[in-house]
Amino acid sequence: MTENMMEIRDVSKIYGPLRALKNISLDVPPGQWLAVMGSSGSGKTTLMNIMGCLDTPSLGEVTLDGVRLAKLSPGELTAIRREAIGLIFQQFHLIGYLTALENVMVAQFYHSMVDEAEAFDALKKVGLGDRAKHLPRQLSGGEQQRVCIARALINHPKLILADEPTGNLDETNEGTVMEILHDLHDAGSTIVLVTHAPEVASHAERIIVLEHGRLVSDNAGKNGPPPADPAKSPGAAPANEAVGEASDDGAAIGDDAAVKAANAASDPGGLNPTK
Amino acid sequence: MFFKMVFRALTRRKGKHLMTAFTVGLGVSLATAMLGVMFDVGDKVNRELKTYGANLSVIPRGSSVAGEKYEFADEADAEGAAGEEGAIDRSGHAGHAGHSGHSGHSVQDFLSRARIPEDELHKIKMIFWAYNIVDFAPFLSTTVFVGDNPVNLTGTWFDKRMVLPTGDEVETGVLPLKSWWEIRGEAGDDSLPLGVMAGETLARELSLEPGSSLEVSTPAGEKINLTVRGIFRSGGEEDNELLSPMKLAQDISGLGGLVDRVEVSALTTPENDLARRAAKNPGSLSRMEWDTWYCTAYISSIAYQIEEILPGVRVKAVMRVAESEGTILRKTQLMMLLLTLLTLLCSALAISNLVTANIMERSVEIGLMKALGATNLSVSLLILSEMLAAAFLGGAGGYLVGLGLARFIGLTVFGTAVEVKTVVIPLAALMVIFVTFLGSLPALRALLKLKPTEVLHGR
Repeated sequence: MTENMMEIRDVSKIYGPLRALKNISLDVPPGQWLAVMGSSGSGKTTLMNIMGCLDTPSLGEVTLDGVRLAKLSPGELTAIRREAIGLIFQQFHLIGYLTALENVMVAQFYHSMVDEAEAFDALKKVGLGDRAKHLPRQLSGGEQQRVCIARALINHPKLILADEPTGNLDETNEGTVMEILHDLHDAGSTIVLVTHAPEVASHAERIIVLEHGRLVSDNAGKNGPPPADPAKSPGAAPANEAVGEASDDGAAIGDDAAVKAANAASDPGGLNPTK
Repeated sequence: MFFKMVFRALTRRKGKHLMTAFTVGLGVSLATAMLGVMFDVGDKVNRELKTYGANLSVIPRGSSVAGEKYEFADEADAEGAAGEEGAIDRSGHAGHAGHSGHSGHSVQDFLSRARIPEDELHKIKMIFWAYNIVDFAPFLSTTVFVGDNPVNLTGTWFDKRMVLPTGDEVETGVLPLKSWWEIRGEAGDDSLPLGVMAGETLARELSLEPGSSLEVSTPAGEKINLTVRGIFRSGGEEDNELLSPMKLAQDISGLGGLVDRVEVSALTTPENDLARRAAKNPGSLSRMEWDTWYCTAYISSIAYQIEEILPGVRVKAVMRVAESEGTILRKTQLMMLLLTLLTLLCSALAISNLVTANIMERSVEIGLMKALGATNLSVSLLILSEMLAAAFLGGAGGYLVGLGLARFIGLTVFGTAVEVKTVVIPLAALMVIFVTFLGSLPALRALLKLKPTEVLHGR
């Protein structure tokens, strides 16, 4: 077991003429809550897919909990995903013909053994004990997202990847979901949260910003210290250096909102968290 | 959990799966009906073809020689002819040269040896393939005179009911055997000894009508008043004859208890090389071949079995009828088989479309399962199980509909219900599996290629 939960070294992802990720290097220590920010097309979802073993890098190397993913077959990647990763989606992606409880049990089924009582407990933890027998269409967006979180947690994953978990929620539900993520973090879970919303990212210990596939900023979030050793995040540039840097195609990069949010999040007085 | 997921998918996505069930059901119903008809069409076509005449003719051994002797030879010649192999004596026992002796026989004795005892004929319904003997009727021809004109009078069974030693009841005779005859008036009745039927040509010549009386003279000069019950048209030589109950012909000819020949209508299996070799010489077959041949309803094996049970007779297959039956049967069965395959192919194509649409519609769900750690195999099994469950549901319904359809086809085309063989049930199950797998293959290939990243994040 290595020191970091995840190590990403010089990772690039190339789709034909498009370089979705460019030489990203990043370490995520165990228990860290990392927010990945960036505008649409910045490569944050691609990075999350690679971190979640849903995709493989074109170049570079990814290590998850000491396992080098580049050497693994698709079947082995599936097994890693099953054993070590919990996924939370913006669109919830619940199976429409299964109840909330059964949706949680599906993750158990593909992981190991189905335990209805444990699945029910997971739902209770996210405040849905009384909604366990409801179908997704009978649940509100926030409730569906909480089912999605319960499903992600049920197998006690080493890494939780949340892709815009509050993107489809109103403010109240957003608060509820962030509260759950805080609880998970407090319990020691490693969380990678992909978002474009500064106020959501500000809950994290650490915020990185992607621009056109490059990692342009790596700062401490409101709730955490800055990266322990900047040398371990060789692809990261300080946010203030990144702003205004030219992209490969000559266009000015800089999603001002994202970068400013990253900077602001590092300023305790900058943003008012939803929590 | 697997079965729960399948069950939930089936019950909560009813519409989609009902569509699958309906498609499979439609295919299976047609295929079941086709197969049912195909398996039963042999009997049905055979029965249809039975209306075109008997396919076996039973005659006494050496009858043609005996006939010549009767017409032209003296007693000594007749006695010599009595030595013909296989001639039957009056009591019905097989006669061989030497058995008959050489003295004390009259022409009448000789005549009796060249015919078949009537009281032995029930044995035809006791051979191994008894149930394949549809009908049979004996005939005894004699001559009577209307005025000075000779008229052929043939005794037969019109519609005789008999009880076999086995206890089975049999009803047979010329009326069921020649069911295509057109009869005006009433049909002959075996219980009315003087009631006859007149052939259409003869009736026209003698101005006979149903209910007419007809006085005939026997060769011995005895006059008999007959009643013409009906006029029949056979389209054959019988149209020039009078058809009477057997007893009358036997009394007139003095051949009590004997018949000239028997026509037999049997359901047969089309001839093949084995049957043709056996027909030439059963002794040339190996033991296994012989068993196969004997236990198959080839016309030659049925003929052989009749010769076994009636040792003094020779059974000739009317090959023109038998071969036509075989050809028609083979072609009909081939057509039904092709229709079945086409039906299944159409079902598979429809299933393919449905499963592909299903997988496209559920691509996010399938992507999610894969993202959660499901293997390609487990997702494929889940989808296939759903499809198979729906398909079996539809298949069961389709089978029942197919039974009804087969019955309808049978009643419409053949006039009797088709009896669907038990073997169709496993065949229908196999069809469901085959059609579902075949139809699902393209969609499953797409499923294997589906990447969670492409559907979960819309890339």
